[in-house]
Amino acid sequence: MSEKPYGDVPGTVIFDAEQSRKGYHLNQFCMSLLKAPNRERFLADERGYLDEWKMTEEQKQAVMARDYNRMIALGGNIYFLAKIFATDGKSFQYAAALMTGMTQQDYADMMLGGGRKPESQEENSHG
Amino acid sequence: MARLTAGIACSHVPAIGAALDNGKAGDDYWKPLFAGFDFVKQWIAAEKPDVVFLVYNDHATAFSLDFIPTFAIGCAEEFQPADEGWGARPVPMVEGAPELASHIAQSVIEDDFDLTIVNRMEVDHGLTVPLSLMFGQPAAWPCKVIPFAVNVVQYRPPSGRRCYMLGKAIRRAIDSFPGDLNVQIWGTGGMSHQLQGPRAGLINREWDAKFLDRIVNDADSLSRTPHIEYVKQAGSEGIELVMWLIMRGAMDDEVEQVYRFYHVPASNTAVGHLVLKNKEAA
Repeated sequence: MSEKPYGDVPGTVIFDAEQSRKGYHLNQFCMSLLKAPNRERFLADERGYLDEWKMTEEQKQAVMARDYNRMIALGGNIYFLAKIFATDGKSFQYAAALMTGMTQQDYADMMLGGGRKPESQEENSHG
Repeated sequence: MARLTAGIACSHVPAIGAALDNGKAGDDYWKPLFAGFDFVKQWIAAEKPDVVFLVYNDHATAFSLDFIPTFAIGCAEEFQPADEGWGARPVPMVEGAPELASHIAQSVIEDDFDLTIVNRMEVDHGLTVPLSLMFGQPAAWPCKVIPFAVNVVQYRPPSGRRCYMLGKAIRRAIDSFPGDLNVQIWGTGGMSHQLQGPRAGLINREWDAKFLDRIVNDADSLSRTPHIEYVKQAGSEGIELVMWLIMRGAMDDEVEQVYRFYHVPASNTAVGHLVLKNKEAA
């Protein structure tokens, strides 16, 4: 298989056909959370609800741990995964901070300060 | 004949909708953002478009992994705001323009751009946040809307060039519609942002500024920007900006910039906004 042109962007997984195939059931589980009764059932018994889906054990563990980077590695797409943190009553900024390993406050401050610079500008500023 | 009278670009961050819906628009955090849309609110109240052709992307709401249309045109009479996981936004139902939408679909397909025709679809923040930014919080939206959804979720999204040329085909379709309608086209999404992984929070003010310059005066060449440049320079979700090129393609080659605004941050995202008129009409 030829090298993907987008394979070397740090900290970034491009949701391509390969990821989409890997994450199909994980992402479709996320879609089910668009319905309020499903959100209630999921929150009441996460393991039981997840077992209704043809997901891998690793994917289920990542969901229960709310490990979004892991879910993305296992084929999850952020717009689908957003249904999980919405179900938890959390925002995109909450989830983004979590994925960067920063505290919510540090992340929010970074955004107020103009956000994270792309690598090309980091190199310039150090070079 | 239908007339395309203006093009508008804006970001469509969900937190903007949440701020408005929860009465936080006057907070220190949000005030400068909403102030950037004071101009367009007044301007559009005078322009009174009959129909807005609204280019946006669905965020795994109407389209799951069951169907992934590259370009989908909403031809229904109405579109309900969707529950995206925290309950539907308390905004009015979106009234469609089925006759014009069907005409555009047929014309654009004849013009070699294959669209997916959608007769039932809920619309998410990608569509309703721009309406809120332009019109505020009315009891009913003051115009009809043709939702036009672009796949920017699963690779490969359409190229900027494809989007730009599609815009031109949409323009030909609007021009050939036999009804006296004032039509605007909006391109939404962007600007630089990344919502995933350790690189989340990426913002590229310089790149965004150049994009805003070039989409006004150098759009043809801008439309050839490759996918990988968006990812590297504007973040993985910055690819949404190809949707602005559909709007720009529909406008004349020569446009006048009526208004420009840029603000960082709205949650994780750089917000950009343009109001464009065709030069002859301006």
